[in-house]
Amino acid sequence: MNLVRPIAAPGRPAAATLGLIDCDIHPRVRDLGEFRPFLSDAEWHRLATYGIHARHGFAKGYPFPKAAPLACRRDAWPPGGGPPASDLPFLQHQLLDQYGLDFGVLNPLQPSGQGDVNDGLSIALARAVNEWQLAHWVDHEPRLKASIVVPYEDGAASAAEIRRWAGDKRFCQVLLMSRTCEPLGRQRYWPIWEAAAEAGLPVGIHAFGYSGHAMTNGGWPSFYVEEVQEHATSAQAQVSSMVVEGIFERFPTLKVILIECGFGWLPSLAWRLDATWKRLKDEVPHLKRAPSEYMREHVFVSTQPIEEPERPEHLLDTMEWIGWDRILFASDYPHWDFDDPRLAIPSFIPEEKRAAIYGGNARRLFGF
Amino acid sequence: MTSPGQRAGGGTVIQGVIDCDLHPHVPGVAALLPYMDDYWRHTLVERGIQVLESASYPPNAPSTVRADWRGANGQAPATVDRVQAQALDRWGAAAGILNPLFPVQLPFSRDMSAAMARAVNDWVRAEWLEKDARLRAAILLPNGVEEAVAEIERLAPDHRFVQGLVLCMGEIPLGRREWWPVHAALEKHGLPLAIHAGSAWRHPPTSVGWPSWYVEEYASNSLGFQASLASLLTEGVFGKFPNLKVVLAESGVSWLPSFLWRLTKSWKGVRFEIPWVDRPPAEIIRDHVRLTVRPFDAPEDADTVSRLLDHLRSDEMLLWATDWPHAHFEEDATVPPGLPEGLLPKIMVDNPRATYARLREGGSA
Repeated sequence: MNLVRPIAAPGRPAAATLGLIDCDIHPRVRDLGEFRPFLSDAEWHRLATYGIHARHGFAKGYPFPKAAPLACRRDAWPPGGGPPASDLPFLQHQLLDQYGLDFGVLNPLQPSGQGDVNDGLSIALARAVNEWQLAHWVDHEPRLKASIVVPYEDGAASAAEIRRWAGDKRFCQVLLMSRTCEPLGRQRYWPIWEAAAEAGLPVGIHAFGYSGHAMTNGGWPSFYVEEVQEHATSAQAQVSSMVVEGIFERFPTLKVILIECGFGWLPSLAWRLDATWKRLKDEVPHLKRAPSEYMREHVFVSTQPIEEPERPEHLLDTMEWIGWDRILFASDYPHWDFDDPRLAIPSFIPEEKRAAIYGGNARRLFGF
Repeated sequence: MTSPGQRAGGGTVIQGVIDCDLHPHVPGVAALLPYMDDYWRHTLVERGIQVLESASYPPNAPSTVRADWRGANGQAPATVDRVQAQALDRWGAAAGILNPLFPVQLPFSRDMSAAMARAVNDWVRAEWLEKDARLRAAILLPNGVEEAVAEIERLAPDHRFVQGLVLCMGEIPLGRREWWPVHAALEKHGLPLAIHAGSAWRHPPTSVGWPSWYVEEYASNSLGFQASLASLLTEGVFGKFPNLKVVLAESGVSWLPSFLWRLTKSWKGVRFEIPWVDRPPAEIIRDHVRLTVRPFDAPEDADTVSRLLDHLRSDEMLLWATDWPHAHFEEDATVPPGLPEGLLPKIMVDNPRATYARLREGGSA
C-alpha cells in the first residue's frame, strides 16, 4: 500500500504513515428542525407531535444516564452554541485539523429513528438522516464520509435505502446499532446483508440501541457502568448469531465492523463457538467451516474504547489472535471516552502494525 | 483407575483430587414425590406434573450427556453407582461436588419452586450423599429470596452441603439488593455462591432476543456469567460480604481476562457512579471468584493456553471439574489440553480446598 503524504497537524501520530482514518465520529443535529427539509408534512407532524419512541420508556433522558451531558467531552460544546458535533467548522478545528485526519466516518446516533417502535417513522427518519449527512457535512467537507443509516427492524425498507445510495462514494458503509430486537443472523435482517454485499459496502454495527429485551439475559442491570459493560455481551450475541445462522456462508463477500463494542472478547468467543460447534455440528450442517474461520475473515473491530490490560503487553496477544489487518482506529468524537490517536494506540505495538491500525486497514476495507 | 495426574504419558499421580462439578440427574418428578409433603405430592400427581425439563439442556443433545455414559435407552445416568463407575472411581477423586440441575428455577410459582428445591436437596442427600462418603453437594436454591434463605438455613448444619447453587440467567441480576439476604446467609455459613450455566427463562438467552440454534443458546451462557459478575461487582456485593466466594461452574473460563480489562477500565471512567467499589474490579474478582475448568474455551496448544493463563494473572482461580455427565472430552482426558502439569496440583487439590472451607473439615456430618 502506498504511503500517504504526512499531514502536518499537532495531534497526528508519526506512525500514521498509511493515513489516519477515524472510523467513529458522531455528528448531531442542533435541533430536530434540521431534518424538516427532508421529511414530508405528515412525517414531520408525526415526529414533532409524538416524537421518537425507542423500545424503552424514557421519552426524554436515558434509561442509564450518561457520565456527562449528552455523553460528551466537556470541551466539545461549540463556542457558537448547539450540542457537540453539531457545528462543522468547530468539528474541523477540534478533530479533523487537530489530528490531521485523512478521512472520518460519520456514525449518526439518536435522534436517527433507528430501532423506533414505529417502522414508518424509522424509515422516514433514516432517509432524512442520510440526506442531512450529505447536505450538512459531507458535501462541505470531503474528508468526511457518511454511513447509510437504515431502519433496521424493517429488512426490506433497509435494503431499499441501501440500494438508493449504492455506488455513491460519499457513503462508505451501512450503519446498524448493536441492540436490535432480534439477533442479526435471523431471516428478517437478511435483506440488509444481501443489499450491503451487493453494494460492496461493509456494515458497521455500533454499540447502543434498545432491543426491547432486558439488557442482560438475566434481567435489567442498575448502572450505566453495567450498560457500558454489556455492549460487549450484546455484540457477542450478534456475532454468534451471524456466524451460526450462516450469514457469511450466504453472503461470502460481506464484511462487518464492530464499532465501540470492545474487541478483547472476540478471540474467546471464537474459541467457545468452535468448541460448541465441534460437539453440535449435526444441528448446523449449513456451516461448512469452523466459526472462528468465518470470524477471522469477515469481522473487523474498531479500537475505541481501547482495551487496557493490567499488563499492557497482553494487548499484543489479543490483537494477534484477532488479526492485525482487522483492527481500525476510532476516536468516538465527541464523546467523553474519546480516544486520542497518539495515546490510545500504545507505542509498544510495532510501528508497521500501528500504521495499519491508524489507516492502512481502513483504506483497504473502505477503498479510500 | 486412570488418574488425571497421569495423563499425556507422564507426571506423578496427584492424590486427593476434587471434582468440583458433577450433575446428579433427577429421573423425573416421581423420584421426588417421597421427599414432598402431602400437599405437594397430591398437587403434582393430581395436576399431572410428571416431568419438568429445562430447555437449557435438551436431553438428547450430544453435549448434555456423553454418549458412553447414557443408559440403554439413551437416558442420563441417575444413580450413585454411575457417578462412581464413570467418574469418581475412574479418576480417583477424593471428593466430588454434586450440582443438581433439576430446573426448580422454571416454575413461576415461588411455592412450587421452593417445594421442588427442598425435594431435590433431600433426594440428593438420601440417594447420593448417604451412599458415598466422597460426595458433597450444593444446596439447590429456589427462586424466591425468602425461600432460598430458608433452604440455606435448613441444610447448612449438614456440612456435606458445601455451597448454594443458582443459574447464570435468572430473573434479576445476582448483585441486585433483593438478593443480598441470600449472600448474607451463604457468607454466614462459609458457603460459596455457585453460579452454574443455565437459565430460568425469564428473559431470552441474549439481550437482543431469541437465537435460532442451540449452538448459540449454549454459547450465550457465557454472556450470563459476564452479566452476573458485573452485577455482583458493581452493586458492591464483595464489599458488603467480604468473605463471600463465588464459583462459576461451566462458564467457559477464557472470557474472563478481557472481561476484567473492560470492567476495570469502565470503572476507572465512571467509578463515581459506584463509589463503594473502592479498588480495581480485577483485583476484587481475583480475590473472590473461582471457575471450574470444563468447558475450557481455548485452543489446545500449550502456547495459547499459557498466554491465556498469563492474562488471568492468578493460579488460584481455577478448579478442576469434569462436568460429568456433560460431554466436553473423550475417554479420560479430564484436564483441558495445554494446561501446564505444574499447575495441576493447585487446580485439582489446593484451589478446591481453599475455596470450600467444608472440604477441609474431613468426614461427614
